[in-house]
Amino acid sequence: MTTQELDTLIDKAFQGDRASIGRLLTYIERSPLDASRILNKVMGGEGGGHVIGVTGIPGSGKSTLISKLISRYKEQGLRIAVVAIDPTSPLSKGALLGDRIRMQEHATDPRVFIRSVPTRGVKGGLSFSGVAMIEVFDKLGFDKIIVESIGVGQTDIDIMNLAHTILVVTAPGMGDEIQALKAGIMEIGDIYVLNKSDKPEANRTYAYLDFALETGEIGSEKLKWRPKLIKTSAALGQGIDELVKAVEEHLEFIKEYGIYSEKISARRRYMVRLLAEKLFTEKLEEIDEEIDIANRDIYLEAIKLINKVVSQLG
Amino acid sequence: MGGATDILELLKKSKGRRIKVLVAKLGLDGHDRGAKVVARALKDAGLEVIYTGIRQTPEQVVETAIQEDVDVIGVSILSGAHIPLMKKLMELLREKGLDDVPVLLGGTIPIPDIPKLKELGIRNIFLPGTSLKEIIKETLEAALERREE
Ligand SMILES: Nc1nc2c(ncn2[C@@H]2O[C@H](COP(=O)(O)OP(=O)(O)OP(=O)(O)O)[C@@H](O)[C@H]2O)c(=O)[nH]1
Ligand SMILES: [Mg+2]
Repeated sequence: MTTQELDTLIDKAFQGDRASIGRLLTYIERSPLDASRILNKVMGGEGGGHVIGVTGIPGSGKSTLISKLISRYKEQGLRIAVVAIDPTSPLSKGALLGDRIRMQEHATDPRVFIRSVPTRGVKGGLSFSGVAMIEVFDKLGFDKIIVESIGVGQTDIDIMNLAHTILVVTAPGMGDEIQALKAGIMEIGDIYVLNKSDKPEANRTYAYLDFALETGEIGSEKLKWRPKLIKTSAALGQGIDELVKAVEEHLEFIKEYGIYSEKISARRRYMVRLLAEKLFTEKLEEIDEEIDIANRDIYLEAIKLINKVVSQLG
Repeated sequence: MGGATDILELLKKSKGRRIKVLVAKLGLDGHDRGAKVVARALKDAGLEVIYTGIRQTPEQVVETAIQEDVDVIGVSILSGAHIPLMKKLMELLREKGLDDVPVLLGGTIPIPDIPKLKELGIRNIFLPGTSLKEIIKETLEAALERREE
């Protein structure tokens, strides 16, 4: 793509042409170089968007809940972008991206833009392109940028590097899962959501979560923000007002304490780190054959390998 | 015809660039078992599949194709309303400047309707009983042809 073609594409995207926005995101996914050129044009300053990370237990209703949030934000006249992350199969390298199913009622709304992003082998799931897309959506003037992460494993906490507000979604009867995740994503929430509260075991799970938050067993007090617990039923549309209110309170809080901009800086540093990692690992895989296994000083060999990667990337 | 080696060859041709396919159920029928099987098979063949679920309108399909910037659109219709639905879909695609995105159709399509559907610009029509291999192969070919343009 020539610089002129890229400029035209960016101009059209900023004029609101949705096909151009879609294509811009594809270039970001395909080539780090194009991504860098695009970001070079759009970055600088802040777009003013509020990045909301949604993680939690698989199947707890994250996508359904996001769809309800979109409805509320639309009523407020806001523009909403969604980055929906789903796993890539490590075997086939294919992916079945299904988060959209729950949000399709918004597919034709000009104020809403939903993009599915496969993890493509990135540990933790948040790829460079996913984060770069947030940057683009922010600059395109989206007010709420919602990121749905896959939320598996104790290490899936990278979302805290990029979101202003983190929702951790759980559901009744998932006590074992909650236990298992206690040391990971159960620590990072600004707001904990007990979804599917229409289910009979909901009260018991609520009481447990409430107690766990109270005792600091889950959640962690960041500055003066006490993590909140909200009960919702995305299916029945219950508790959504309370959730929206809690999210706004958190936004006000981070603005008041100057954390809003700090989080944007953290996100951008994280993005550069992800790109460095991506470039490095891709090159490392490329030169796999050149590793000298006869060299028994493997530390030295590893350093040689690093230098080789660096000199080839240069 | 449609052997596993063909599929591998085609995948190699994609030169590492991932192929993105939209799989949608157009119209009012709520049977999506077939569409899901196809979606999963495409995923297992290494494609990135956006699955939209049942009861989609042509407008939703086109908008999704735009937002996801897919290489191929695959539609499944079992309701019998394939002619008006596909006509509308193809019109919208043209209107939005997406006429270069190949469209594949699967479902219970009476043979006499096939020429009319082809005339609308639909690339492939898969009747019940078409093997998954065949569907994968045609999807890959459609995606790669578009890229070569
Ligand atoms: N009873 C009940 N079911 C719900 C509720 N919210 C979502 N569901 C159902 O739970 C299932 C999973 O919902 P999703 O929104 O796809 O959940 P998710 O967390 O996004 O799932 P993954 O992205 O696959 O991890 C679907 O069948 C929903 O219809 C709720 O409030 N109550
Ligand atoms: Mg989901």
